[in-house]
Amino acid sequence: MAKQLAFYVDINKCSGCKACQIACKDRSNLPVGVRWRKVFQYEGGEWVDQNGQMIPSSVYTYSVSSACMHCKKPICMDVCPTSAISKRNDGIVLINADMCIGCRYCSWACPYGAPQFNEELNVMTKCDMCQDLVDKGERPACVESCPYRAMDFGPLDEIREKYGTFADPAPLPDPAITEPAVVYKPNKITKSSRSGDGRLMNLEEL
Amino acid sequence: MTQNNFLTKALNDTVMTRRSFLKWSAAIGGTAALAGGVDYGLKAIEGAAAAGEEQTLTVGCYHNCGGRCILATKVKDGTLLRIVPDPTPVEEETPESPRAIPCLRGRAQIRRVYAPDRLKYPLKRVGKRGEGKFERISWEEALDTIASEMKRIKDTYGNEAFYFNYAWGVTWNGPDGSSIIQRMLSMFGGYVGYYGTYSEAAYGVAMPYITGGYVGNSADDIVNSKLVLLLGDNSLVTRAGGDNGGYWYMKAAEQGTKFIVVDPIMTETVAATQAEWIPINPGTDVALIAAMAYVMVKENLYDKEFMATHTAGFDENTLPEGAPRNSSYMAYIMGKGYDKVEKTPEWAAVITGIPAERIANLAREIASIKPCAIIQCWGPQRRAYGEQFVRAVPILAAMTGNFGIPGGNTGQLPGGGYCPMGGIPVPPNPVQVSIPCFMWPDFVTRGTDMTVEKDYIRGASTGWSATAGDTTTAQENKNLRLKSNMKFMWNHGGNCIINQHADVNYTRKVLEDDSKLEMIVTVEVGMTPSTMYSDIILPGTTGFEVDNIITGEGHGIKGNHAWAMYNHKVIEPMFEAKDDVWIAEQLADRLGFGEDFRDGHLTRDDWMKDMVAGAQSSLPDFPSLEEFKEKGIYKTKGGKPFVGFEAFRADPVANPLGTATGKIEIYSPVLANLKNEEIPPIPTYIPEWEGVSDPLREKYPLMMMTTHWVARSHSTFENVDILREAHPQCIWINTLDAEARGVKNGDMVKVYNDRGVVHIPAYVTNRIRPGTTNIPQGAHYTPNADGVDTRGCGNTLTNYRPTPMAKGFTAHTNLVQVEKL
Repeated sequence: MAKQLAFYVDINKCSGCKACQIACKDRSNLPVGVRWRKVFQYEGGEWVDQNGQMIPSSVYTYSVSSACMHCKKPICMDVCPTSAISKRNDGIVLINADMCIGCRYCSWACPYGAPQFNEELNVMTKCDMCQDLVDKGERPACVESCPYRAMDFGPLDEIREKYGTFADPAPLPDPAITEPAVVYKPNKITKSSRSGDGRLMNLEEL
Repeated sequence: MTQNNFLTKALNDTVMTRRSFLKWSAAIGGTAALAGGVDYGLKAIEGAAAAGEEQTLTVGCYHNCGGRCILATKVKDGTLLRIVPDPTPVEEETPESPRAIPCLRGRAQIRRVYAPDRLKYPLKRVGKRGEGKFERISWEEALDTIASEMKRIKDTYGNEAFYFNYAWGVTWNGPDGSSIIQRMLSMFGGYVGYYGTYSEAAYGVAMPYITGGYVGNSADDIVNSKLVLLLGDNSLVTRAGGDNGGYWYMKAAEQGTKFIVVDPIMTETVAATQAEWIPINPGTDVALIAAMAYVMVKENLYDKEFMATHTAGFDENTLPEGAPRNSSYMAYIMGKGYDKVEKTPEWAAVITGIPAERIANLAREIASIKPCAIIQCWGPQRRAYGEQFVRAVPILAAMTGNFGIPGGNTGQLPGGGYCPMGGIPVPPNPVQVSIPCFMWPDFVTRGTDMTVEKDYIRGASTGWSATAGDTTTAQENKNLRLKSNMKFMWNHGGNCIINQHADVNYTRKVLEDDSKLEMIVTVEVGMTPSTMYSDIILPGTTGFEVDNIITGEGHGIKGNHAWAMYNHKVIEPMFEAKDDVWIAEQLADRLGFGEDFRDGHLTRDDWMKDMVAGAQSSLPDFPSLEEFKEKGIYKTKGGKPFVGFEAFRADPVANPLGTATGKIEIYSPVLANLKNEEIPPIPTYIPEWEGVSDPLREKYPLMMMTTHWVARSHSTFENVDILREAHPQCIWINTLDAEARGVKNGDMVKVYNDRGVVHIPAYVTNRIRPGTTNIPQGAHYTPNADGVDTRGCGNTLTNYRPTPMAKGFTAHTNLVQVEKL
């Protein structure tokens, strides 16, 4: 494989606004119910009584923007009964709509919830890393959209060299499952996928 | 009939999703007119690229967030494809001039243009007002009806029966927008204007009484701060895109500036700047400030010299002449003032809910870490006694020595650069009376009884400005009266008739009696609760359907540079939508002054050339209209960050402030003369009605705020499906309050008080203080048959009770109860 393209998200700079999700839906013309990019709001801590006054104890929140991770081990590809899912030479994982029978095995297998059924088209769909833009040398719509410049993309080795290797923020799953092509920069409160410390807040992203 | 029924029945003859629209467009080759002679806006624009060629054109984001970010859109064969951000090349981005990347709202603009609820043709009301029964009429009939009603109402009641309602749905410079309509109304003999805003009424009116004007450091100066104290500022949501506050706050946080945020909510700004969160009881900031001042005095931590030379009434030595003894701020905080109570941290802890030690430490921090930017935003002044908060914050900026220095701030909202641009000239309004914008229902019910002394009606006004001194100078003209109650209202792209005004159920009653306010004309692009209460609805164009010019806003939280955007017409107007210039011209013709109205401006370009000439008069390098249209964007060169009141700091005698004493007027002799307990001369903590200590909490225990929401600019974008999906409307409630009511995250709850009932999902979180709830403002009021709002419009529960001095909206001061449904 020539290279593996990857997304990068700096959790320090993410406000949870979902401009990335909206830009994605605008570019790919996605209907309500299909969200190729999701932004998970994660929260922890509690309120405690201190001498008769209620105060917050370790209350924190952060957001994790997540789409198809174009994994090195794409489990969606393994389970697809019609071989409709393939991986390009640059690592982008694609669903061929003509071959997809909409059985949803891929959506059940993917720990990131990336493949999603489009009822209008009757097929599975997912983030294609804006392959048309990438092929023209442009950046994916989500990366381009961030008002706070929290996102980047590029070859995984370069992304890792620039930003490190962390790919494990809660509430995302353990990266060992699929070896996602993604790097996150944690902020000082980011928990790991195994911490079990907080909870997912925005239920619309489930 | 409920609104839902209305929306489906009155408008459903062509409900298109964007997808079906695109398919339709392809099927008919992009040029055909469809059945009924309606042009569906599929024609490629004149002079546009050949069929099949994709173009990228700048359009503006022109709503009332204050952002004015730079958008462009891809368009092909007269159909919008997708939004792209500020097309300035990434390589050309510099720290002084960042690309103005739009927020999620801007990115969703295409869904707003192609929204299924776009108004397609003029409508007239046929049922009772508010009932939702409308009939399609022609433009000819609509304009003839409006013109004849205007003449009748003028003949019967005079021009003082006309009102141009507060509205900011379209806030480009023009030629479209409010000014072109106001020009028409002014030439018709005038109309009652308004002053102030729904956003910052108390700020606008009260701030001049302490600093003489509105001057903060520019937002890009914040990168020079070591510490930032934000009071009720959530710029990462309210100014989310562009080079607005959110961008610069993040930039500063990235560089290591420490943020402390005082807010009942752990906002996006708290989270993303990784700030220290000080959760305060709503409406108690003035008590916190008094206690912090107390600590600084007790521990000798404040800039004594600055307070002696630059302020009036901080202590007894600097009290203005004629002020009684023990009326200074020092007397107030040290227990010698009118209430004889020392404003100790322990005193404030009970009120604010913040531990006394944290209050004392916060005072020490802001007094010792320099430079420190102390910033207030407008949320805490949209409260029962908002004026007190406005005037209290600059005291901290002054005491800590951060007033007028780089990296500091004046205690105000950061300012920003502004690109000057000519506009549509509005002749002086012949009607010499204006009202506080929030008080328009009183103009309907008892306009002729409104007075200068009680209701603060004023002399002529054409819009936004709240000039220093007006409250008191108006007192000199005590006999000013309105000659009529309101009989005609023009509502231009506004949703303050119902949705964005307080106490929806009261406003409904005022409007449902159409013998009072006889005619409401609304220009809108889609159905809103306010169009539902209109008599004639005119379908307007979105920014994608007409050429306009937009500039970055002057009073926003922005960096110290600015831009102007050429907002291209990228598609033909949808359905029968018409632009504002055409509407105003048509009415001017019917009213008999068309020629004067045009004044030689025969095309849209004629107006735009004047606007460009206005820009060129102060910016010699501003291009010609043709060149501006071609390039799409003009950016000023910017410069180093602006420092508010720097000259005053350097020499207060040579560069006095615009206050009575020329100093930072902590004691205002002008306000003292009002002799009004709710408008005291020094910033004073006044316990709120429906606030933390109101006995009414036994019945309605939860305080409720109605803050801005990331998915909307006020109520604009509320109809955009993907924004509603991304950020579902909900009520924020603390985990403990939810547990006590058996409510889990996502459960439907009933929120109610004596004014109304809302059904809404609960967002159960630790990010809001116990005892406090929040329904983000702007959701469209959608009553069911029982009058229960089913969408989550917070104004079903808010109070039509203004602030004492500015008569401003008290949107965040409410008590409610919450029950699981």
